[in-house]
Amino acid sequence: MQESKEPLIRTAGLKKSFGDNMVLDGIDVEIFEGEKVVVIGPSGSGKSTFLRCLNRLETPTGGAVYFQGKELTQDTDLEEYRRQMGMVFQHFNLFPHLTVLKNVTLAAVDARLRERKKLKLKTPKKQIVAEEKARAMKLLARIGLEDKADAYPSTLSGGQKQRIAIVRALAVGPKVMLFDEPTSALDPEMVGEVLSLMKELADEGMTMIVVTHEMRFAREVSTRVLFMDGGKIVADGPPQEIFGAPKDDRLKSFLAKVL
Amino acid sequence: MLYLLNAKTLAERFRSAFLVDNRWQLYFQGLGNTLLISLFAVTIGVFLGFIFAMIVYTHSKTGKLKVLSFLSNLYVTVIRGTPVVLQLFIMYFIVLVSVKNGIVVGAVTFGLNSAAYVAEVARAGLSSIDEGQMEAGRSLGLSYAKTMLKIILPQAIRNIIPALFNEFIALVKETSVAGYVGILELGKVPGLIQSRTFDYLFPLLFASVLYLAVVYSLTLVEKCIEKALSRSDRNAGIKITGGRKKCRKAKSL
Repeated sequence: MQESKEPLIRTAGLKKSFGDNMVLDGIDVEIFEGEKVVVIGPSGSGKSTFLRCLNRLETPTGGAVYFQGKELTQDTDLEEYRRQMGMVFQHFNLFPHLTVLKNVTLAAVDARLRERKKLKLKTPKKQIVAEEKARAMKLLARIGLEDKADAYPSTLSGGQKQRIAIVRALAVGPKVMLFDEPTSALDPEMVGEVLSLMKELADEGMTMIVVTHEMRFAREVSTRVLFMDGGKIVADGPPQEIFGAPKDDRLKSFLAKVL
Repeated sequence: MLYLLNAKTLAERFRSAFLVDNRWQLYFQGLGNTLLISLFAVTIGVFLGFIFAMIVYTHSKTGKLKVLSFLSNLYVTVIRGTPVVLQLFIMYFIVLVSVKNGIVVGAVTFGLNSAAYVAEVARAGLSSIDEGQMEAGRSLGLSYAKTMLKIILPQAIRNIIPALFNEFIALVKETSVAGYVGILELGKVPGLIQSRTFDYLFPLLFASVLYLAVVYSLTLVEKCIEKALSRSDRNAGIKITGGRKKCRKAKSL
């Protein structure tokens, strides 16, 4: 059924090199709405760079990225485009000088103000700020952190920080969420709370691309697993197939190490 | 030494240093000009310095603004590489020779001079911010300029407050070379009075006390700003010396 639809994201021969170092060596992949894609692979295989090329934090050195059928070019409004793709980082990257609430509302308010300017709307700024605050409070309530709205990030635990980072990305209203090793910098006892929030998102139908080393999460939540090695996608399939009956030798030896 | 402590002569010297011909007014006139030059110079210095720093920073991160970045670096090199007295002479006798107001020449000279130092301080501040902050801002759909303004700069400024105030303090005292081109600033006043009374003691002491008072006030302002900006610290509850009352204003920053 999904095959008949247009993919949300499609890459064609996507390449990225840093100097002589070829990190992505021709990635062709189609990702459809609602898919939960987990990207696994040894370190240095290009997983993070792949994610970062999708939302243009890195500029690819070759190939193309299509979003909803449209190719990203130099004329693409990158700010508008990035708002369709929430990104969650390994090190949270919350803004330490802003309160939790401001962290969540900053980009959302900015987006609304840009929209207002573009469409020449008359909505007062105060109203926009109030609306976004209310929305942010709802999102914070959802993760049980509404009492931290006025706290600064430095007073929070790693797990709380990452959940707020996820909420911050959601506040802009993305169509797809990119997770770049979201639990790798967390203490083991905090991994669970972040993964369960991600699982909730997945259950609600959010399209997700997750770079992770959490094989259990990959197995239980993902609908599709990409195995990358040497800048290429070596294996691509449902988790049962990737974990249950791996065909590729490199995948087999990788799984033997991490499972 | 006995001569120094002789009460009668001391009183007489005090009188000639401050009271005769209302000489005390000269000190405050000088102080006023020193403050005026410093204030304008700091404003110019911070404004230009941050612009230079952002140009160089942007070039180092994105590769854009190559020419502007080169010019900024050149500016910093030349200004830091030459004495401020010569810069003042160049301004006063060549570049701004048509400007009659010495205060303006002083403000411009010290402002342009300070900009080079502020630029380096600010550049260090910008580089001290984790790259993830820019990436987070951009990934949320904020433009480069918006991310710079709302995320990078506020954190950078916080980090460089002590270094910036170091520069302000140095600047206030540096303006004393403006006396070389006949501007009546605080550093020139003792000489002026000595030329009439042949006595340096009280003029030098008092001018020094006034400089000290200005600089000390600056350090109080610095403490207050630091305190106001430390809200987001983990240990925000710990009191920085400087007193609460004095900081009330700074809190609204």
